[in-house]
Amino acid sequence: MNKQDLETVYAALAAKIDAVGDAQSELFLAKLALLLAHRIGNAEDVETCIDEAAASLIA
Amino acid sequence: MRPEGRLDTDSLYFEYPHFDAPDRARRETETAAAVAIVGAGPVGMTAALALAREGVRSVLFDAKDTFNDGSRAICIARPSYYILEQLGAVAPFLEKALGWTTGRSFYRGRKILEFQMPDSPDEKYRPMYNLQQQYIEQFLWQAVEASGLIETRWQSEIIGVEDSGGEVLLTVRDPTGDYSFGASWVLACDGARSPIRTLRGHRLKGENFEGRYVIADIRMQHDYPTIRRALFDPACRPGGTVLIHKQPDDIWRIDYQLEQHEGTEDAIREETVRRSVALVLKDLDFDGEWELEWWSVYSANTLAMDDYRDGRIFFAGDSAHIVPIFGVRGLNNGLADAANIGWKLGWVLNGGAGEALLDSYTPERRGATLDVFANASKSARFMTPNSHGWKLMRDAALSLALTKPFAGELANPRQMTAFTYSESPAVLPDDPAFSGGPGVGAFMPEIKLNSGYLSDRLGKGFTVLCFGASMVEQISALGLGETGLVVVVLPQPSAVSDRLAAGPGSAYLIRPDMHIAGRWFDATAARVIEGYHRVVFKKRASQ
Repeated sequence: MNKQDLETVYAALAAKIDAVGDAQSELFLAKLALLLAHRIGNAEDVETCIDEAAASLIA
Repeated sequence: MRPEGRLDTDSLYFEYPHFDAPDRARRETETAAAVAIVGAGPVGMTAALALAREGVRSVLFDAKDTFNDGSRAICIARPSYYILEQLGAVAPFLEKALGWTTGRSFYRGRKILEFQMPDSPDEKYRPMYNLQQQYIEQFLWQAVEASGLIETRWQSEIIGVEDSGGEVLLTVRDPTGDYSFGASWVLACDGARSPIRTLRGHRLKGENFEGRYVIADIRMQHDYPTIRRALFDPACRPGGTVLIHKQPDDIWRIDYQLEQHEGTEDAIREETVRRSVALVLKDLDFDGEWELEWWSVYSANTLAMDDYRDGRIFFAGDSAHIVPIFGVRGLNNGLADAANIGWKLGWVLNGGAGEALLDSYTPERRGATLDVFANASKSARFMTPNSHGWKLMRDAALSLALTKPFAGELANPRQMTAFTYSESPAVLPDDPAFSGGPGVGAFMPEIKLNSGYLSDRLGKGFTVLCFGASMVEQISALGLGETGLVVVVLPQPSAVSDRLAAGPGSAYLIRPDMHIAGRWFDATAARVIEGYHRVVFKKRASQ
């Protein structure tokens, strides 16, 4: 994905998080993660992404 | 602001000059000029120099008796260096300013991004230079003083402005009294709180962003190259953003965002600034001596006038638009405004162009401002997100960037490039026969030649770059020597023709401000000349 596309996705996510509101944003993001995982279609790849997303939280 | 006990112009390293008010007997002998410029800051002086370059006299008024206090705008972008070069003022800038190409971003103390701004051996100037604004003003002032065509009246405030037939009558107040001054044209370069704009009843329109920032300049012996550093969520300001720039004379700019709970009044108290700066320096592992030089507070606004022209008055720089600081466009776009109206008005007054050329000023320069707004809002939302969604996404990108470089790219700021005037009446429609190269309205790309650069070959007015020697004879055959059109013949194929996507027989018409007025893939002298007459809004004298 090129930078421009990445920025588009970034902006769309920010706007949607604001639109669904604080109370629902966690649920929204979890649903989105499941949808994207379903699109990827490979559990191993998704699990790698899960670990990568968690990794820098601990750093 | 400066530390207690020091005057506004009491700098650690810069000696502010004092300018006397004009001699009354002398100023009474001259009560009119073709062009009056209000405001002798960087924008006003650039406008005066741009007019002088066209041989046009101007009178420059400023209410102050010295330069602007404090270092204010410190980043001069590459396109501005071409303006300074054209004005014959670039040498002291090259000598004093610190050129740079690299930026580094840190998240919680760890580097997440290092970016290089576009630069190459083809470029004559670096993408950015850091220099305190008072030096910018001093170097421009040296050029103004050296010009025989600019009269400056310091301590001269404009308190009235009215239209009177074919001219504008200014009421000027100086220490010896009030007087009227008539000008055919007025350039209002009088800053964000422009008295001319207020006197004419115009307003800046747009958005006020919530973010507030403190900028503080300090002097310290700090061993770090000229690299812009951005600290996200640093220990010194959890959740906030800090920017650090190096300037000449061991001066460093520290720029930090205030949190919602920090009141502006407290934030700009000397001890608060000292405490905040000390914490930033601790994050930088700097434990040496430092001195506080100057500080100020600002907010990120995107405001502009609807029309930069009101009859015979043109607004340029901060009087016409206020932009957020991140894009470093405040000063740079102000200089571009001044250079733009300067050459156009010069050409109209000299008879080289029709008055309709002046109608292209607002679309070109207001277009540039709106472009800044679009980019700056993007930067502002990353630097200082103002809602839950934007903050969460920003934090996610920074956190991910610790291990994934692609996410760090989201922290890479958009670079300052000259705006493309594709919608202007003073450029021609593009030629669809080109596949690539810079489009019409774009700033001419720089290219290194066997000796010197492509920009060195340009004439003072319009220039035709042509690929194929026959054009020179064709153009001379049309007898256009008096237009001052300079014809430059370039080899094809070559690095230059590749860059401009030119075939044998292609031509580019370059304006005096280095923007591309038109291009033809299969050019003929007649079409180029016709295009030239269209963009200067003038028919051939013989017709």
